[in-house]
Amino acid sequence: MQVPAPFEYERATSVDHAIGLLDRLGESARLVAGGHSLLPMMKLRLTDLEYLIDINELHGELGYVRVEEEQVRIGAMTRHRELLESEELHAVFPVFREAERVIADPVVRNRGTLGGSLCQADPSEDLSAVCGALGAVCVIRGPEGERLVTMDEFHRGPYETAVGHGEMLVEVRFPLRAGGFSTFEKVERRAGDWAVASVAAAVWLDGDTITDAGVGLAAVGPHTVRVDGITEALRGQRPSEELYTRAGEIAARSCDPATDTRGSAEYKRHLAKELTRRTLRRAVARTGKV
Amino acid sequence: MRVTMTVNGEEVSREIESRLLLVHFVRDHLGLTGTHWGCDTSNCGTCVVWMDGEPVKSCTVLAAMAGGKEVRTVEGLATDGELDPVQQGFMECHGLQCGFCTPGMMMTARALLDRNPDPTEDEVREAISGQICRCTGYATIVRSVRWAAEHEAAANGTAGNGTAGCPAHPEGGAAADGAKEEVR
Repeated sequence: MQVPAPFEYERATSVDHAIGLLDRLGESARLVAGGHSLLPMMKLRLTDLEYLIDINELHGELGYVRVEEEQVRIGAMTRHRELLESEELHAVFPVFREAERVIADPVVRNRGTLGGSLCQADPSEDLSAVCGALGAVCVIRGPEGERLVTMDEFHRGPYETAVGHGEMLVEVRFPLRAGGFSTFEKVERRAGDWAVASVAAAVWLDGDTITDAGVGLAAVGPHTVRVDGITEALRGQRPSEELYTRAGEIAARSCDPATDTRGSAEYKRHLAKELTRRTLRRAVARTGKV
Repeated sequence: MRVTMTVNGEEVSREIESRLLLVHFVRDHLGLTGTHWGCDTSNCGTCVVWMDGEPVKSCTVLAAMAGGKEVRTVEGLATDGELDPVQQGFMECHGLQCGFCTPGMMMTARALLDRNPDPTEDEVREAISGQICRCTGYATIVRSVRWAAEHEAAANGTAGNGTAGCPAHPEGGAAADGAKEEVR
């Protein structure tokens, strides 16, 4: 029987309450949202905490998808199922639904949240790649107020984020610009599994010229939520197979996969390259123009 | 700590350790052993119960997190001694062999039919994709859920043929609903 080590349970009733508890209880306090990543880690004694602060009551305050004129704002407590089912979100960023359909399974998606996934910062976590590709900005709130960090700065490496003591992620913002298209591809061993490799890609076009692009990878290295160099390689170019291949090569070079039960490092590097090509090709094809 | 919740319509209150998992709370503290406890890692789905109307894997939920919530277990499926159509479907179509995964499968199936009364075979498979059956290969489970859907439709007078037996092929109901797959 796997049971977590003893801890004190607290239930937060508002964001301010949660931040107050984090501030008061100190470094050994952790927030729990859906719990589907943290509780297994606690059972396996991979994490050590004295206080667990349940923030599920904050779903009313932080569970939302708001598509505004210039940005999309998603509350940190928005559950995977809500992201999967949001038609509004699907209309502007189809990459979300494509990713959510293959994140864990429907029952787990009932509990898991966007904020929980990002804050867990598991290198194999798919939504971090999605947020990286879309150029997301994370809103972190603490006792002193809010601060904004890009997804790239937010995700510092395996299980490590920019969220500091007494702080919590409250919202993720996605700039909304015309001519944007996005897709997601994942290779997994079986339904609901972590990725062998997954790629999220977003492109923005003006006519047949790429004005901006972002590619995020998961499961192929400690920090691949947004691949350096791909944006620069694609910007100002006309979409072509050769361009997708070049981007794929950058992705393969940028990742640092490990050989494990899901596959060899060489195979994963190949997937990073091939999935980058495919997602970019598919994103551009979505425009219907090129 | 003290936790109070409603389980199958009845309020229960117990003194527990904060680290107690919901699956152990319902099994060991309430004696509701219909909820099975399998892989312990939220992979197998045999521990699925409902929390505030939604299926959850109770090996990955603290009992404390269920405080103040409505929990429904497989013991809460039947009404006044009458089996839920999902339970009946699993009997009619032999949706089980060893039966270990059955309670979780039935809880997920009930939630699916409440949201989507006429699911395609693919939609049923998607709904139970987080649950593992090591015996049946899922074909009879899918058939059982389709049986329940058809019998409920017939009982509600909306469609279907409530007198029909177990469909010979699980694909039977799916073909006509193929167009729905887009929205999955």
